[in-house]
Amino acid sequence: MSTIPLDYETLRLIWWLLLGVLLIGFAIMGGRDLGVGALLPFAARTDDERRVLLNVVGPTWEGNQVWLVLGGGAIFAAFPPLYAVSFSGFYLAMIVILLALILRPVGFKFRGKIADARWRATWDWALFIGGAVPSLIFGVAVGNVILGAPFHFDDTMRSFYTGNFFLLLTPFALLCGLVSLGMLVTQGASVIVGRTDGLLAERARTIGIWAALGTIVLFALGGVWVAFGIDGHVITSVVDPNAPINPLAKTVELVRGGWLSNYGAYPWMIAAPVIGFAGMAMAVLGLNARWKLVPLLATSAGIFGVISTAGLSLFPFLLPSSSVPQAGLTLWDASSSHTTLFIMLLVTAFFLPIIILYTGYVFRVMRGPVTTTSLNNNPNAY
Amino acid sequence: MIDMTVVELSRWQFAATAMYHFIFVPLTLGLSMLMAIMESVYVMTGREIWRKATIFWGTLFGVNFAMGVATGIVMEFQFGMNWSYYSHYVGDVFGAPLAIEGLMAFFLEATFVGLFFFGWDRMSKVGHLVVTWLVALGTNFSALWILIANGWMQNPVGSKFNPDTMRMEVTDFMAVLFNSVAQAKFVHTVSAGYVCGAVFIFAISAFYLARGKHVEIAKRSMVVAASFGLAGALSVVVLGDESGYVATEHQKMKIAALEASYHTEEAPAPWTVIALPGEDGGAPSFSLQIPWVGGLITTRSLDEELLGIEELTEHAQLRIRSGMIAYDALQDIRADGTNQDARAIFDEHWADLGYGLLLKKYREDVGNATDAEIAMAAEDTVPDVWPLFWTFRIMMGLGFFFIAFFAFWFWKASTGKLDSNKNLLWLSFFLLPTPWVAIEAGWFIAEFGRQPWVVEGVLPTFYAASTLNFWDLVISLSFFTLLYTVLFVIMIMLMVKIVKAGPKDHFFIDSPDVDDFVVAALPATPATKELGS
Repeated sequence: MSTIPLDYETLRLIWWLLLGVLLIGFAIMGGRDLGVGALLPFAARTDDERRVLLNVVGPTWEGNQVWLVLGGGAIFAAFPPLYAVSFSGFYLAMIVILLALILRPVGFKFRGKIADARWRATWDWALFIGGAVPSLIFGVAVGNVILGAPFHFDDTMRSFYTGNFFLLLTPFALLCGLVSLGMLVTQGASVIVGRTDGLLAERARTIGIWAALGTIVLFALGGVWVAFGIDGHVITSVVDPNAPINPLAKTVELVRGGWLSNYGAYPWMIAAPVIGFAGMAMAVLGLNARWKLVPLLATSAGIFGVISTAGLSLFPFLLPSSSVPQAGLTLWDASSSHTTLFIMLLVTAFFLPIIILYTGYVFRVMRGPVTTTSLNNNPNAY
Repeated sequence: MIDMTVVELSRWQFAATAMYHFIFVPLTLGLSMLMAIMESVYVMTGREIWRKATIFWGTLFGVNFAMGVATGIVMEFQFGMNWSYYSHYVGDVFGAPLAIEGLMAFFLEATFVGLFFFGWDRMSKVGHLVVTWLVALGTNFSALWILIANGWMQNPVGSKFNPDTMRMEVTDFMAVLFNSVAQAKFVHTVSAGYVCGAVFIFAISAFYLARGKHVEIAKRSMVVAASFGLAGALSVVVLGDESGYVATEHQKMKIAALEASYHTEEAPAPWTVIALPGEDGGAPSFSLQIPWVGGLITTRSLDEELLGIEELTEHAQLRIRSGMIAYDALQDIRADGTNQDARAIFDEHWADLGYGLLLKKYREDVGNATDAEIAMAAEDTVPDVWPLFWTFRIMMGLGFFFIAFFAFWFWKASTGKLDSNKNLLWLSFFLLPTPWVAIEAGWFIAEFGRQPWVVEGVLPTFYAASTLNFWDLVISLSFFTLLYTVLFVIMIMLMVKIVKAGPKDHFFIDSPDVDDFVVAALPATPATKELGS
């Protein structure tokens, strides 16, 4: 279509950024609930305490999870080859994530309906799995993206994945999984500290401080590993960012530490890891000082920094291939058509601000500390 | 070659997870609207009983909604996981409505559903009513976008195959939105959801009335459900999605299969009430027909003829041959992108490329297919007639039954005699599962009737699956089956408990005034002491 006011290259770049916004949006918003789920059996010991935690996130968690649904939808609509290759390639890992995520809505809803200790304990562990397992595996997936996944295409663009589930669990990928788990647990702890008092807040505070410190150490270790232990992918042919997609049209070379080359070419990108470290460090300080709001804001900034670091390091790659490096997907050769990217941009530009507005409204209505007293006065509480 | 076992298992998994998800979706559609209506009455009249009714049905809605959310995310991810070639091949068109569903509908629904449950004391009456309507609106928008996506699979308008990227790409997005099949499906499906919600509320209320419990709420709920259900049932039949079937060739094949009409009937075609399969399962050996009605139902006219399976199969052969030409031209373009002759040939034949791909089941080099292979591929375009024929009759029969059911109860309600006959109330209660029979039948007809295509005329189902291995599918299918079965049993158990406890002023089913439940072995805290006391 000649009437599209933005060129293909610009649209591809915008959608790469939007994908980042949606995934970071999920990590920050959904991370609240995943983190609280992962903390549920440890930060809260009695049934009352656990109900307080569930009711802290209960009224808003469903909306937060839509960031993930939307992230999935946006990958499908804006980068179909990425959606096709990654979701089928990481098949069993995706199944584990799905089975864990299925436990969440029913866990929240079913747990409080019967006042039986064993019933409730079962759902507490279901909610723990639903929070901790996806947090870990999302990170393991990112680790495998950095390492490259073993896939290639035939001449009809059908993809073949030659790895298996256990090959995903390499030491580096597990380290990335722990970074992800660490920062989402810190996010959950920050929510708990912000919304509750007493023992519950104290336990969350302690766990949150350790989780944040762990995230900082592991994130730094990951950086060293990427610099000295992992091959980055570098495109050696000329790329036309306006061309129709064809992942096989480029040539790619592997360079030790190559994922750090963007920071030389664009020094401003260093801001991302700096924000990552600073955010998590500030979270430690805020939690230590028992501030109510700072830890949540700081952890959110930290999450933004850490995920941005991964995205910027990979640029322009979305999913490198370890077995046939030439087949690796970049934002230039794995996007939707010019028309679809433009239509989806219009729709997103219209709806995303509205979503943020009404989400803000719902959080405002539901604000305020949650205590056992307020909970027992609400007949609809979880 | 493609592993057909993996394809079969992938189809089973998708069918099982989709039909399971579709147990909860229609009830969400219907209940959200009925709750919004009841709460509107509460706000307008100020009578507390309507609020109590809204909260009670809302509790059941909540359990159902949780199941819908839990199984919905599986649907979105499965396209990429199990149907990765599909995702690449049509993602440019199909991905957009799915993403818009998230942006416009699911975000709205999921964000406000929390306020529906937790906002009663934190908002004004009107404010909360607006929230309830927004949840209902989000649910309906959600159905709209999913059916725009599904409608495109049945009637792939507004798009063209691009040989340079090896996929379908959008050419006219408005055509995708205003696809006649999608619009018909949307009205038909949401109406079916309304009927489902209405039967659900009506049946449970009839149970209360038959036992003389919660009479005030039961009667009021029955009046609302009967009126809303009658409107929904009329809409679901009159605006049945068959109206969109004439749009395309394979939809005609679907009609022919639904009617077991092996030969073209002259207009106006008769409607076959029942028929029995002939020898080797082919053309019927016996059939009972009503003249004219078939033409009216399927073409909405008296002068359009209804094509038969054999004529449509012959025509499919022509398209397969044209598809072979398109396939060869595509190979030439892939080998040399500057080959303008090949591009000209492809442009003329591209619409039949999908028919050419049907031959991939028999050989790799589609262009060299023999006459026998072409004939086999043409036979493949005929869906399995008899399961469709009978499922369709079950669905239609139930559709007409729901009109009669609600018309009867609407009349009883207008004359104030809802509780005059206990047996009828019990009968109404036991009819509770019927909407799901009709709805699952409808989904089966839509999807199974589209076979062998995943996108009609564009992409055969067997060609669209991921290159997974057998054990991947065995593992995922086993875990889904196990988890889904366990959750279903638990959900039914909880719903039964909620219904038994009935509408309360306090909405914890374990609150102290419910004697069915004993607080067992909870650590003693102030709250559990209060619960147990």
